[in-house]
Amino acid sequence: MSAGDVPRQRTAAERSWTARLRTRAEGALPPEKLLPDRQPAYVASWIYVFGALTIAALITIVASGMVLGLKGPAWWHVTGIGRFFNGIHLWSVELFFFAMVVHLWGKFWMGAWRGGRSLTWVAGAVTFLISIATAFTGYLSQQNFDAQWISTQAKDGLNSVGIGAFFNVTNFGQMYTFHVILLPVAVVLLTAWHVLLVRRNGVVPPYVRALAAERAARAEERA
Amino acid sequence: MTALLGRGALATVPLGAVFDLSGRPHYVHWHFFEMSVTNLLVIVLMIVVFVAAILLPFPHRRAEP
Repeated sequence: MSAGDVPRQRTAAERSWTARLRTRAEGALPPEKLLPDRQPAYVASWIYVFGALTIAALITIVASGMVLGLKGPAWWHVTGIGRFFNGIHLWSVELFFFAMVVHLWGKFWMGAWRGGRSLTWVAGAVTFLISIATAFTGYLSQQNFDAQWISTQAKDGLNSVGIGAFFNVTNFGQMYTFHVILLPVAVVLLTAWHVLLVRRNGVVPPYVRALAAERAARAEERA
Repeated sequence: MTALLGRGALATVPLGAVFDLSGRPHYVHWHFFEMSVTNLLVIVLMIVVFVAAILLPFPHRRAEP
């Protein structure tokens, strides 16, 4: 090592983990990408509405679920207002899955994993699977004969595929904890990650546009 | 029912009274395939909404080219 190769002293900003984290976050998601005020022309289609509709339903599910959770799992059986919030919770879940499935079909036929968006696709797919588990534990938390029937049928089914020892679907306390804490937190965090990835990578362009861009790039290379 | 609607009393009638939710559910059964009519209708509705979302024009097309 020569005298000129003396390692440079790190600045105070480089030494601070908060400054490094801020720089990385700003680099990955600059404000104009995080909250854009314009979108490409191809986004002006009804098929791009269903992701936002899924998030709107998720917010309603979480809000109504918080009310139900605060009052306890049996509250909705004994009061009119409890039945109202249970109805809101149930129908927002129906809307959530309806919109999410249409969103999934749209993204599948668009090939939404193109252009370095594979992680966005995977995050969405995992969120879908965890949402199914969350809804399932919701059925187990109803505190009625329906819940008992579903739990015993599911116990047999899960045992038969070899995963019945990891959790007990006939244990109400365990399933209720899964339903109100663990799985909803996972769904919300994964959804947030999914949305941030969409913001960072942008909405996938249609095949026709992507092909035209590819052809133009190839023609430019040849010229 | 018409008389009930005519008196504007529908708001006080639970939806379960309008649609019979206590009856025996109907199922579609074909070889190994079995599904309730309700679930089948929801799937058909999803397909209809999916096709409509692709075909119907979106209002206020004002975006970057």
